[in-house]
Amino acid sequence: MTTPSTRTPAGYLSRLGRDLARNRVAYLMLLPVVAYFVVFHYVPMYGTLIAFKDFNPAAGIAGSEWVGLDWFRQFFNGLFVERLIVNTLLLNIYDVLFGFPAPIILALLLNELTSERFRRFVQTITYLPHFISVVVVAGMLLDFAARDGILTQVAVALGGTPDPLVNDPSWFRTLFVGSEIWQSVGWGSIIYLATLSAINPSLYEAARIDGANRWQRMVHVTLPGLLPIVSTLLVLRLGQLMTVGFEKVILLYNPGTYETADVISTYVYRHGILDANYSYAAAVGLCNSAVALLLLVAANRLSRKLTGNSIW
Amino acid sequence: MQTHAMSETPALPRPGTSLRAFRPRQGWGGAIFDTLNITVLSLLCFITFYPFYYVLIASLSDPLALATHRGLMLLPQGLSFEAFERVWQNPMVRSGFVNTLVIVVGGTALNLVLTCCGAYALSRRRLMLEKPVMLMIIFTMFFTGGLVPNYLLVRDLGLLDSRWAVILPFAVSAWNLIILRSAFNAVPKDYEEAARIDGAGDFTILAQVYVPLCMPTLAVVAMFYAVAHWNGYFYSMIYLSDRELFPLQLVLREILVSSSTDSMMTGEAAGREALSTTIKYATVIVATLPVLAVYPFLQRFFAKGVLVGGIKE
Repeated sequence: MTTPSTRTPAGYLSRLGRDLARNRVAYLMLLPVVAYFVVFHYVPMYGTLIAFKDFNPAAGIAGSEWVGLDWFRQFFNGLFVERLIVNTLLLNIYDVLFGFPAPIILALLLNELTSERFRRFVQTITYLPHFISVVVVAGMLLDFAARDGILTQVAVALGGTPDPLVNDPSWFRTLFVGSEIWQSVGWGSIIYLATLSAINPSLYEAARIDGANRWQRMVHVTLPGLLPIVSTLLVLRLGQLMTVGFEKVILLYNPGTYETADVISTYVYRHGILDANYSYAAAVGLCNSAVALLLLVAANRLSRKLTGNSIW
Repeated sequence: MQTHAMSETPALPRPGTSLRAFRPRQGWGGAIFDTLNITVLSLLCFITFYPFYYVLIASLSDPLALATHRGLMLLPQGLSFEAFERVWQNPMVRSGFVNTLVIVVGGTALNLVLTCCGAYALSRRRLMLEKPVMLMIIFTMFFTGGLVPNYLLVRDLGLLDSRWAVILPFAVSAWNLIILRSAFNAVPKDYEEAARIDGAGDFTILAQVYVPLCMPTLAVVAMFYAVAHWNGYFYSMIYLSDRELFPLQLVLREILVSSSTDSMMTGEAAGREALSTTIKYATVIVATLPVLAVYPFLQRFFAKGVLVGGIKE
């Protein structure tokens, strides 16, 4: 269907001109959206140039002097680089290990319930924390893990010291990942429950006729039915290994727990926003985004190879 | 013997009956599993719900009685509404509510108008620029400029210390735009053609064909936007320094995390620390009540919300 005129740039432009004129109302509706993405997403991408410059607010981004990879060198030769990378990765790895399977297990347990009412009751309760703000969750957690807090009391009862858990770096990862699971397990189970309800009932019938018991039906019918969505979500999660819910870290950590709590994004926040080391913090942030993008691409490729599912 | 075998393999379900309804009991193993399952899920409900309940009864407790209490608490220790009175009289909590309300209502309205317009335009596959614009939008989901360049941009635009700083940078979510576009794409094109023959323009078709037909998805998208505005604190914290503009979450942060409850207290030192704790709990309750109040109304959108969120192109 391509007419010769579309192959030349001029032909393309005149065709585009006609298209713009014919659909001007639709394009008019699109305009603010495009403007939004250009201004608030692409201009900051251009702004990352300051990672390669010595940013001088008076001279602006274009006017500041190039310094090459100096800021990156400074970061990688710095005292904290190892700690930041380890903390960022460990919080994520623990969350993948414990937080990722949790909603799948919950969905499987809910699916086995015979009482519809009890099922709805459990769902109503477990979805609730998803809607509570991170500030409130962090506030509650800080209080429960403070001196005399209920979590600290539990730790003491199990033989721990009466020191507040929130000031103990060795407890930070447990508190962070634990509260993350507490808040998201119910909500996360919805998508698996929906997938489970879409599994063809005749597969269960066939399995039963073949003599499969409840456990065997779960292993041979339910789990294979869940696998595609599990692998897709796992890819997305693995692609996020460099991103932490840093809004929560900022609320929960204190200089005493930086040792295990400080992650790349909180470091960027302190240096970039609080201390106004714009170029340095932008360089650190850029490293983080670049590695995150690479991880996502790699995870997606791996998934396509192993399971045939990919997100693009 | 025969009847026993029958009970082991019940009849196939009638169409329309849930699979759950006819799932057979599988002897002892099944019974043990069911008991264990119900126990585990009940425990999970307790762990999820008890913190809220604890905060509620602690906020109603007498501060000094609460301070000396140890262990699991099932009823308030004494009864005192003092903490609630102090929270309610705190001008920051009040102005926080008002500011949050403005941001949630104004922000969500802007979100919905822009997302509808964008999703409508991008659901027209005949537009020559549809593909490049989609690519441009999708790319922002995987790569961002980062915190510092965003902050500098907001600063350079002169938005610091204005409500626009927490509304404009979040005017459209690529994710929600894609969700709504998929919903619009699923509307049969016949409806649109019929409207066009009747002389309707793009705005009319959007408002009178697509929006009404996609109301459930639109409600879900509105819920996602509103919840995000209500819960957001981080960008308010870095973009707003004028305390008059502080949204509720930022006020909560001061009270709950930085423990600055001093402004709400007078009196001797011994009672102060105890009262500070109950004030924190009362603050959590006051801040959570609006969520609990709309929760039952949102509930029917939950499953739908996650499912439309899972649509992939």
